[in-house]
Amino acid sequence: MNDSLVVIVLLSLVGGALRVSTPFIFVALGECLTEKSGRVNLGLEGTLVLGAMSAYATSYHTGQPWLGVLAAGCAGAMLGAIHGFVCKLPRVNDVAIGIAMMLFGTGLAFFFGKAYIQPSAPRLGEIGLGDWTGDAKIASALQINSLLLIGVAVAIVMWWAFANTRWGLILRMTGDSAPSAKAMGVSVDLVRFLATTAGGFLAGVGGAFLSLYYPGSWNQGLSSGQGLMAVALVIFARWNPLRCVIAALLFGATGAIGPALQSVGVTQGYYFFNAAPYILTLLIMVGSAGSKRAARDAPGELSITK
Amino acid sequence: MIEARTGVRALALETIGMTKTFGALAALDDVSLRVEPGSFHALLGENGAGKSTLVKCIMGFYQAEQGSLLLDGAQAVVRNPRDARALGLGMVYQHFTLVPCLTGAENLVISRADAPAVIDWAKEKRALSAFLDRMPFRAPLDAPVSQLAAGEKQKLEILKLLYLDQRLLILDEPTSVLTPQEADEILGLLKGMTDAKEISVVMITHKFREVTAFADSVTILRRGRRVGGGLVAQMSTQEMGGLMIGDTQISARAARAERPPGSPPAETVLELAGLLATDEEGIDVLDRVNLKVRAGEIVGIAGVSGNGQAPLVEALSGQRTLRDGRIFIRQQAFEPTRDAYHRLKVFGLPEEPLKNATVPHMTVAENMAFRSFDRPPNTRFGWWLSPGPMRSKARELIARYRVKTQSPESAIGDLSGGNVQRAVLARELSGEVDVLIVANPCFGLDFGSVSEIRSRIMEQRNSGAAVLLISEDLDEILELSDKVAVMSQGRIAYVAPVGETDRATIGRHMAGHA
Ligand SMILES: Nc1ncnc2c1ncn2[C@@H]1O[C@H](COP(=O)(O)OP(=O)(O)OP(=O)(O)O)[C@@H](O)[C@H]1O
Ligand SMILES: [Mg+2]
Repeated sequence: MNDSLVVIVLLSLVGGALRVSTPFIFVALGECLTEKSGRVNLGLEGTLVLGAMSAYATSYHTGQPWLGVLAAGCAGAMLGAIHGFVCKLPRVNDVAIGIAMMLFGTGLAFFFGKAYIQPSAPRLGEIGLGDWTGDAKIASALQINSLLLIGVAVAIVMWWAFANTRWGLILRMTGDSAPSAKAMGVSVDLVRFLATTAGGFLAGVGGAFLSLYYPGSWNQGLSSGQGLMAVALVIFARWNPLRCVIAALLFGATGAIGPALQSVGVTQGYYFFNAAPYILTLLIMVGSAGSKRAARDAPGELSITK
Repeated sequence: MIEARTGVRALALETIGMTKTFGALAALDDVSLRVEPGSFHALLGENGAGKSTLVKCIMGFYQAEQGSLLLDGAQAVVRNPRDARALGLGMVYQHFTLVPCLTGAENLVISRADAPAVIDWAKEKRALSAFLDRMPFRAPLDAPVSQLAAGEKQKLEILKLLYLDQRLLILDEPTSVLTPQEADEILGLLKGMTDAKEISVVMITHKFREVTAFADSVTILRRGRRVGGGLVAQMSTQEMGGLMIGDTQISARAARAERPPGSPPAETVLELAGLLATDEEGIDVLDRVNLKVRAGEIVGIAGVSGNGQAPLVEALSGQRTLRDGRIFIRQQAFEPTRDAYHRLKVFGLPEEPLKNATVPHMTVAENMAFRSFDRPPNTRFGWWLSPGPMRSKARELIARYRVKTQSPESAIGDLSGGNVQRAVLARELSGEVDVLIVANPCFGLDFGSVSEIRSRIMEQRNSGAAVLLISEDLDEILELSDKVAVMSQGRIAYVAPVGETDRATIGRHMAGHA
């Protein structure tokens, strides 16, 4: 393979990472926030899909894609709030509720989304990071959406807030030791409810990206498990928002391996390369299962690591 | 207003007729207690007497069904711990309440009711170090609490209350995780503060030595009732002990059976050969540990906590994988599997049994059957569990070891600290024992149980078991052991028969200056 081909492949990997990673970033940040409070929300896959549908429908009716993003966030927050509320009832398991919420969210989205499969809604605009180069290939690879920047900003704010704000410390305290939080007069259920709701908001916004930017339309096969993979991603990122972004970019890049190779004519193993994110998920789960560092960074109250 | 009137900051506390029931059990029955401002008050009682329940009711952790609380003579309503904190009541719980993932500094700052929404760490750090300068002892503030040793955590817990400027401190067995020196240091400081009328202290303890050395007054509970109390200066420890146990008879202490002189040395049963283990950071926590324990012998491992005792117990109980080295039992390599434990009759009581040796949500009977649930008579055909024999065995053990529980069907996590310990010991000592590994077996037990449990360990030795006793209590080591070993920085620094050594020598090796 000559140099220019390598450049093309790398460029499409970077482009793919930038394009595909945004929903991963949002869902992972949402999951990270929820898990930091000591609860797992496996329902974010459903949140993502419902967010995508709400965003598309709102954008279609109002002609304002950003209103769609807001609607997606609110739909996600609603699902998160239901999860947070149900989990605080006695003897309720957050993992089981999460799976129920996942089915509920996708079901709701498919039910209300039937009408929006055909029409086309206004999409979110893009920012050309590579336009100055004057090279069409680079320009098209480096086109990003402001949601990516917002996602990165949210990650930085979360990372800072976990260490430097009262809310951040209370959240970590609740996630690590509920008895300590109670002894300090903190309402554990309330903190978790709020964290799950806010986490749902973020995941919903991630869904808006799917339907309003890339792939950029609403259909039932829109999400391919990003919501579930985010759970693995958070473990990989060891509950650090900044590492969540890096991990999401990595996932995005692995997802782009197949198309990138195809663009230079390598078609062998196309399906195999398309499965790369899932294989990566598996490897991460296997790798982190025995990782002492992951075990040490995990919030102490988490039912999946307890 | 109180301060202006009297110049005393310390709070006066009084409970009147506190009653609290858990189901059918009256954990507290009409308990009245009075703590004068600026006094150091001790709360004594057997395991399960209701001491923790009483102070948790005061702190608003539980709601008493009856009774009232007076602070400085005025009726106070405490609905939750937050109310208690606002009133100036602070408590160190029997189990640590620091948040493991937060650093010491974060723990202190977040515990403040007026913690700022955005924390200016530079400013807070300055304020904290100014605060620490006023305190006679310090604790590391920059490491996550999960990395601190027990003694450091306890100091931090107390520092937290002083940082919050609480005027009445309640301490639930604060010294059980400390060395005697650390305990004296911390209690001495608190005593100084009570003498200066800055704070009042209520301390739950099982150690009479601490009561006579530091407390001004005492209240004694038995089975949820107040059975006595008064000024410490006017009571003897015999009197206090008598009130604690009431008419219960303490069984005579089992004596050490001496081996006939001239008999050949017993065979080595347990052998640790070059055990090496590292922690998550890759630091050696066990550094080539070699030790032999013969049949009918107790080898006591002394040492300051955090010198590798916990990893050693974890390695022996299969909770930690060894980097190198082998464990031999009767010359056979021993892998810590369930089958090997059964076959080689290895039993043990780890530290913090609630965490390490029980499933808190399962019942007492189930927990007591962990060693035998998959064997007859508990199991038929190798897979069919019969709860009947399990329950009747549990009843027998509960009676024999005097475990205070409402029924064999109660969750073991609801038992008082000392009774969890007894339940686990009952399970581990009920069968035939070849190797016994015990870590701090009397941690947090009242003196009656201490005596009883030490007797059981001695009985096992007398009947030929090889006993490895790991304890932070040097008195316990000297009383029970045939041979003393000292652990320091992950290695065995010193071994000697108990008759050929003394406290000073052991202390020197414990401190690491050999
Ligand atoms: N949450 C609970 N549910 C049911 N029973 C309980 C609960 N907490 C305590 N108890 C019971 O109340 C009694 C008193 O317990 P408490 O913890 O106050 O004892 P204690 O005097 O502190 O003993 P120790 O010295 O062992 O700590 C015990 O019999 C215990 O089993
Ligand atoms: Mg207690």
